[in-house]
Amino acid sequence: MFEQWNGFVGGEWQKEINVRNFIQLNYTPYEGDESFLAGPTDRTKKVYEKFDALLKEEQARGGVLDIDTVTVSSLTAYIPGYLDRENEIIVGLQTDEPLRRGVNPFGGMNMVRKACKAYGYELSEVVEEEFRYRTTHNDGVFRVYNDEIRAARHTGIITGLPDAYGRGRIIGDYRRVALYGVDRLIEEKLKDKAAIAANDVLADDIRRLEELFQQINFLGKLKEMAAMYDCDISVPAKDSREAVQWLYFGYLGAIKEQNGAAMSLGRTSTFLDIYFERDLKNGTYTEEQIQEIMDDFVMKLRMARHLRTPEYNELFAGDPMWITEAIGGMGEDGRTLVTKNSFRVLHTLYNLNPSAEPNMTVLWSTQLPHAFKRFCAKVSCDTDSIQYENDDLMRPVYGDDYAIACCVSAMRVGKDMQFFGARANLVKLLLMALNGGKDEKSGMQVAPAGRKFEGEYLDYETVLDLMNEYRPWLAKTYVKAMNMIHYMHDKYAYEKVQMALHDTDVHRYMAFGAAGLSVLADSLSAIKYAKVKVIRDENGLITDFETTGDFPKYGNDDDRADMIAKEQVELFFNELKKVPTYRDAEHTLSILTITSNVVYGKKTGNTPDGRRAGEPFAPGANPMHGRDASGALASLNSVAKLSYGCCKDGISNTFCVIPQALGADEETRYENLSGIIDGYFSQNAQHININVFDREMLIDASEHPEKYPNLTIRVSGYAVNFHKLSKEQQREVIARTFHGEM
Amino acid sequence: MDNQLLGKIHSFQSLGAVDGPGIRFVVFMQGCPYRCPYCHNPDTRPFSDGEEYTVEEIVKKAVRFKTYFGEKGGVTVSGGEPLAQAEFLAELFEQLHKVGINTALDTAGYPVNEAVKKVLRHTDTVLCDIKFPTDEQYKNHIGTSLEATLSFIDECNNYNTDIIIRHVVVPGMTDSEENIKKISELAKRAKNLVKIELLPFKKLCVQKYNELGLDFPLKDTPECTAEKIEQLKETVR
Repeated sequence: MFEQWNGFVGGEWQKEINVRNFIQLNYTPYEGDESFLAGPTDRTKKVYEKFDALLKEEQARGGVLDIDTVTVSSLTAYIPGYLDRENEIIVGLQTDEPLRRGVNPFGGMNMVRKACKAYGYELSEVVEEEFRYRTTHNDGVFRVYNDEIRAARHTGIITGLPDAYGRGRIIGDYRRVALYGVDRLIEEKLKDKAAIAANDVLADDIRRLEELFQQINFLGKLKEMAAMYDCDISVPAKDSREAVQWLYFGYLGAIKEQNGAAMSLGRTSTFLDIYFERDLKNGTYTEEQIQEIMDDFVMKLRMARHLRTPEYNELFAGDPMWITEAIGGMGEDGRTLVTKNSFRVLHTLYNLNPSAEPNMTVLWSTQLPHAFKRFCAKVSCDTDSIQYENDDLMRPVYGDDYAIACCVSAMRVGKDMQFFGARANLVKLLLMALNGGKDEKSGMQVAPAGRKFEGEYLDYETVLDLMNEYRPWLAKTYVKAMNMIHYMHDKYAYEKVQMALHDTDVHRYMAFGAAGLSVLADSLSAIKYAKVKVIRDENGLITDFETTGDFPKYGNDDDRADMIAKEQVELFFNELKKVPTYRDAEHTLSILTITSNVVYGKKTGNTPDGRRAGEPFAPGANPMHGRDASGALASLNSVAKLSYGCCKDGISNTFCVIPQALGADEETRYENLSGIIDGYFSQNAQHININVFDREMLIDASEHPEKYPNLTIRVSGYAVNFHKLSKEQQREVIARTFHGEM
Repeated sequence: MDNQLLGKIHSFQSLGAVDGPGIRFVVFMQGCPYRCPYCHNPDTRPFSDGEEYTVEEIVKKAVRFKTYFGEKGGVTVSGGEPLAQAEFLAELFEQLHKVGINTALDTAGYPVNEAVKKVLRHTDTVLCDIKFPTDEQYKNHIGTSLEATLSFIDECNNYNTDIIIRHVVVPGMTDSEENIKKISELAKRAKNLVKIELLPFKKLCVQKYNELGLDFPLKDTPECTAEKIEQLKETVR
């Protein structure tokens, strides 16, 4: 029994690692409004000014402030760095200087070299030399890829595979560091290791033993890292500041070790509220001081950076880290998990200006307290920085202590992890099926040569049959690539800190993805309901279509088109499930593109729906720009028809509405926005990004960036500073449907 | 229920948040006998246009949005002048009530007859325009009488329906304090008056007029500012 636990209600959590049990026994649900919140203190304003100046400098230098090209990033590789040593409350930087990026070649050297070069640096000879004798994840994967996978990658039918950098999408339970201290965590891991060693120890056990060794080793390094900042995290955190600091050290260790695409935070705010409530009651901290700690914590999170290449930025624009924090939700016992700290974390968007990070994700339930719903709607209207995910849909699957990795991927904190796997381009599957397995752009034979479409006018049944013939090939190629990637990632770039903050027996998902859903649905609808003539080039390749007549389009609550989308998702998922996965991971699927809908579109030829070659797809599960012409709710109803049962890795919908369309005054807008989310989620939809602004403002911001320095918008599962998007991506965002426009 | 009744519909809007309480599915009916100078839906005027729907078809559409309506929201029928198709509307509202959907009617007022009475029996909220405070202005600008609108409001008082009085504020035409005062005096005759809404005159509809080859009578009139509305709101408070 630790003295740091005084004042907490004891229970199972003291005997075993069980953060949920601690939360359930100790948290204080909050049903009130935001009137208790404190503004930024002078100290916060001063530190923020310093941070803001660095951000401006970073932007002025083309997006990267500085790179340390000599030191390989790890937990103890750099001397301690500070933003403002005298004034900061929460300490710890990834490198020795704020916003200076480290190099992390464990995922792959190429990415690091290219990234350095793109920003005018050269990777040092020291690092080159060291990694000449090491195998990276990237090396490993390319040793085993076959020609088919390479061709699929090359043509873009599968794009964005995490085979050249960290896979990410793993959430350490960083709360464990604060609640238990690292020594206790090591003790438990040693017990697990001893238990496994008592088995027959075949390959799987041996791998687990080595992984546990690495976990324990890195828990030790985590302590060392904290000690460099004069903190002893071997024992539990004793008060509010320490709880945040300890938890942050856990996260910091993870991002020093790994450059995963999405490095999410988890579900921390209600956990932290327990410490805050205890200290507020004791009178050791005031509300103002608590908010100050949260502000400082969030500022630290906003300073997290990874070094990326321009190609990476094309897929995932705006330098995102997906420091996703899941906020609110309901408990299994019917009490809300909203606490005062759910408000405080959102309030940082006012105290520190709107921002893309952390990725504020509200777990929405129709049962959430009214005052919290209203506050969220207000924050959305004011900052466009929140995404909403359906707690009523996910709680029955994951319980009440799950979080969101990246954008829409739910997982039980510390109990589930996932093998992230980008996405397959379903539109290209259609075109390849018509062309006998050849890429419609290059004519390259990608899938094994098979039947192709011979006629002049496409008929629906024949096209479906052809797709059915090629889909198994795509699924198999995709799963194989994923198996190779994750085998190698486990082998050469294992997440030591993050997995140390999981239970040893972890459940694994393998998260596949699909892109181009709306273009596919509309194309098939055109084939079914209009007349589509194929146009072949001189080599007999179908490269264009002549579509006459009208056809129903996905996004208008019209089953004729919407059911096509739903069916195609199910067909693809069922095919994926037939192929066995590495470590028996559970297959899941997402309809999510991040900002890669632009790149996917670029790599895809003309389509029967009238979309021209190269034009962007709609993001995620969104209906195609401008085609959801029956109003906002009809558009939402269409997306809500997609089955979450097939897409447990998430179905992303990005929604733009002009303020006037939500009501004449602010209170009405908050109420109606909240009603829209309730209505959408009541139909078992999973996710919605809310943007409340009009097109003119974005056009103005694109032309006069200086007028909107903090303009944050939700793009696809995350938020981005508008100015960090390329002009091409800005154009795509501006072209999206804005509901309520005259 | 008489399924053979057909309504002429101009269009639907699945998210309406400014025509009645809460979130509303808005049905725009085709056809309007009035000719308001600031009309922003001139394409809904001709009775010859529009698409025919049965009551059942529209109820089916509305039900799809029921999850968004919450306690206050529902269906608003606007136009055109919905009461020009009162028989159909009465049936529609009755059926909507049967499936538990709140109804609102957006009208400029209409001569009271049996069909209109039947509509009102199934209307939860009436949004009624008072366009001008005098009969003379009504005759000059709209082609109908103030008296007809006022009798319609009086008729509403016989039912349990809420009333929102709406008035478009047009610079140089209806934006004087005196005018607004008169409108609010007239509005007082509504027994269940919820509020008076002052709507700023906008010119977003100019393009529609051009497309229809119609002259927009107020093309040279400036739009009404939000400040002006705020200022006039004090008058009706």
